[in-house]
Amino acid sequence: MKVLKIFIILFLVTSFSELKSDEANDILKNKILKNIRCLICQGQSVYDSESEFASSIKLIVDRKINEGLKEKQIYQFLREKYGDWVIFDPQLNKNTYVLWLLPLLLFLFGGAIIYKKIKSNKNNKI
Amino acid sequence: MKNKFSLFVVVIFLSFCFVIFYKGLNTPNNYTPKVNEKKNVPTFKTKDFYSNNYVNSDKIFEENTFYIVNIWASWCVPCRTEHPLLMQLSKNKSIKLIGLNYRDNFNNAKKFIDDLGNPYSRILIDKDGTLGIEFGAYGVPETFLIDKNKDIIKKFVGPINQKIINEIKLIIK
Amino acid sequence: MLANQIGYYSLILGLLLSVLLCGVSIKDFNKTNKQVNQNILSLSFLQLVFVIVSFLSLIISFINSDFSNETVFNNSHTTKPLFYKISGTWGNHEGSLLLWLLVLTLFIFLFLIKSREQPKKYRILTLLFQQIIIIGFFLFVLMTSNPFNYLFPIPNEGLGLNPILQDPALAIHPPILYLGYVGTSIIFSSSLAAVTQNYVTKEWGQHIKKWVLVSWIFLTIGIMLGSIWAYYELGWGGFWFWDPVENVSLMPWLTLTALLHCIVVLERRVSLTSWVVILSITTFTLSMCGTFLVRSGILNSVHTFANDPARGIFILIFLFALIVLSLGIFFIFHKENNKSSNNFFWLSRETSILINNWFMMYFLSVVLIGTVYPIFLDVISSEKISVGPPFYQKLIVPFLIPFLLFMSLGPRLKWIKSKIENKNSLIITFIISVMLTFFIIKNLTADLLFYTVLISAAFFLFFTTLKELFIKKFNNISQTVSHFGFSLLILSILFNSILSSEIITNIKIGERYDYNKGEIFFKKIEERKESNFNSIIASFEIKDKNGKTIELKPEIRIYNQPIIITSEADIKTTLLDDKFLVMNLVKGNEYFNIRYQVKPFMVWIWISVLLLSLGGLMSLFKRKI
Repeated sequence: MKVLKIFIILFLVTSFSELKSDEANDILKNKILKNIRCLICQGQSVYDSESEFASSIKLIVDRKINEGLKEKQIYQFLREKYGDWVIFDPQLNKNTYVLWLLPLLLFLFGGAIIYKKIKSNKNNKI
Repeated sequence: MKNKFSLFVVVIFLSFCFVIFYKGLNTPNNYTPKVNEKKNVPTFKTKDFYSNNYVNSDKIFEENTFYIVNIWASWCVPCRTEHPLLMQLSKNKSIKLIGLNYRDNFNNAKKFIDDLGNPYSRILIDKDGTLGIEFGAYGVPETFLIDKNKDIIKKFVGPINQKIINEIKLIIK
Repeated sequence: MLANQIGYYSLILGLLLSVLLCGVSIKDFNKTNKQVNQNILSLSFLQLVFVIVSFLSLIISFINSDFSNETVFNNSHTTKPLFYKISGTWGNHEGSLLLWLLVLTLFIFLFLIKSREQPKKYRILTLLFQQIIIIGFFLFVLMTSNPFNYLFPIPNEGLGLNPILQDPALAIHPPILYLGYVGTSIIFSSSLAAVTQNYVTKEWGQHIKKWVLVSWIFLTIGIMLGSIWAYYELGWGGFWFWDPVENVSLMPWLTLTALLHCIVVLERRVSLTSWVVILSITTFTLSMCGTFLVRSGILNSVHTFANDPARGIFILIFLFALIVLSLGIFFIFHKENNKSSNNFFWLSRETSILINNWFMMYFLSVVLIGTVYPIFLDVISSEKISVGPPFYQKLIVPFLIPFLLFMSLGPRLKWIKSKIENKNSLIITFIISVMLTFFIIKNLTADLLFYTVLISAAFFLFFTTLKELFIKKFNNISQTVSHFGFSLLILSILFNSILSSEIITNIKIGERYDYNKGEIFFKKIEERKESNFNSIIASFEIKDKNGKTIELKPEIRIYNQPIIITSEADIKTTLLDDKFLVMNLVKGNEYFNIRYQVKPFMVWIWISVLLLSLGGLMSLFKRKI
């Protein structure tokens, strides 16, 4: 019975992970390239650009993935060379707390105002 | 008085935004990645231009002297304008020049050097541009000043001029 | 030459007319007759005529390739096709400002004609506020951005227009977009006028609704055209990049949509009046702010016009002057409405519209903060960061889930007080949505839970609106059509993003490339010469697993002036999917680098935006109840 259970679990697990490792690497590579800014283009990502710089970056990312580096490590590598500006996804650090949190704070603030309004309506009911 | 308070807040906020935007107009837009922290020279292995043998970065920077790494290419027009200044700088005994031939054709690069002179104690090949990225470069020409601790202490984007040469000379005294 | 003179002096006359109009209006303001002085209408028409004349003069200069005109020199070339010579008129900074003036003067004239039943003082004040904006733009053009500068000696040839701008979608994108974007000026002016006259009432709401709808429809379609252009010309199959210029057009759209919903309330009862005024002010302010961000050089983007800080300072001051003026008027004149009509129960349509505002303001804050934060950070701490698509996606997409659910429930609620009718059918619809979603996507994606919830919510909206279209009420059909369009938009975008696939490879002529779903055969290349470019057209045959073959012919174009190499994708569009192929030269090689993408449901994205606008159009032409 136990063997059967293990077998079923293995079967389910593998049927969900249909992607071959090559494809997975490609998907990861594209995801990373879309997140890197092409520094000599006006605002394009390395994925979208065919410039010299972009092709060099693509080679480096390829190499790093094959060396086994994780996504975050690759970003860190590029950040060390070029600064935070080269990555499109702003990291959560002391420079970007306001960036990430302000919209959420405003959302909560808005919710509070609506709640107050509805409550005061309730109290003013004729 | 609630109205007065919110009015006050709004005025302060708007003034703040105005000042920021005004200042923002005057800050330059082109990003030159700053060399804030001292970064050590990257470790790498690449081919030597003339011998076509692989050489390690430790060996390239083994001497106890200042180094300049200059990224150049035969197809790069500003590289031609800065070349005479590099020739001049190479005569200085306290500094060694390392050239990085970036995404170039060997014959064209050789002709460039034969025509304009070789200021480099060694030239390295960067066929696909990935070595330039190890240095944090994104185009040509770019020049890096490396001190005796093997730290990159200065980065110059674009062709070097006399002012930069003077700055370098001051540092390496 | 002559056109230059005519164009320039027409602008001067237009400016003088503004001053004259202000004077005459102020004089007429206190007169007791009910109707506005006829002269005012004539003067406004005359002003419009002068702006049209000026605009036509510039177009004529472009058509004639008159390089004594600096703008024409900078942006045109004799070999450009006629269509692009004309559209090049508004594809540059100076010319597009003439377009601004055209829409500003057109809208105020149309407003005066179509508002004869409205109170006189209100109409005059609207005119005055609009003229303030118009004068500001006349001064901006004449002082910093004159389209009629002389060049001497006259060059033989111009610098040409960037070839990626030579595209039909991009040619009509500015006029349509501006009709929406700049059209919000009339909403701004009339709201300020209404506030000072204490006229923010039901009647005013019914009157202003048309203007809000017209702006909204044009803005929606204008943004869509920009995305279509980007899809066909720019990015490799992308259509929205969260680029600052795109964000700048999206922000007024968000507030305008919120405003539209508030007007729907206002036309029935005097409620949410502060919201209406604030949103009206904010929408046009965002338009102006966008103009500032895009034209001053403060932001880095693919789309920015040539930058010039002097222009930036002018717009900045102008923008803040308008903000101060409008907020000042709001604070001084606006009276909070405490009547019983402002009272509503928590479960009511008014509340759902408040909730809509809440979410819209949140989305607006995400886009606004994401766009301007790098500027603030740079000025304050000299640190440069990039805010790109991951930021916007992470903050917006999760909030779409409750948003879609509220959108399904809100319209079912009655005014003031309601209960949710037909609870059972709603629950059944919800369960069906979830199950359907799960079965469709369970093998497609790793983020199973998240996508299930999101797509279920979209399907829920889809089914509830679909049911309303077929079964029930026709009294609110315009809203149902728009909401249905929105659900279709979200579904198309999500499925497109999950199901899209791409192959990138290097291939030689005559080579065949096998991939797991078919094969790509690089048949041949041909060369072709056009008036302003040479092109290499490749022919690819793509065969899928079922043996069906399609031919795609991507191009590489070499333009002559300026010398730019572009890749033109070939796209085969069907209702089911788009097949997208683009190629690039690999330097120093006989290989070509190709990207082949299959993008399911791509065309449904455009169709759903059209449906969205259709709802607005239907509301515009609906007979009064």
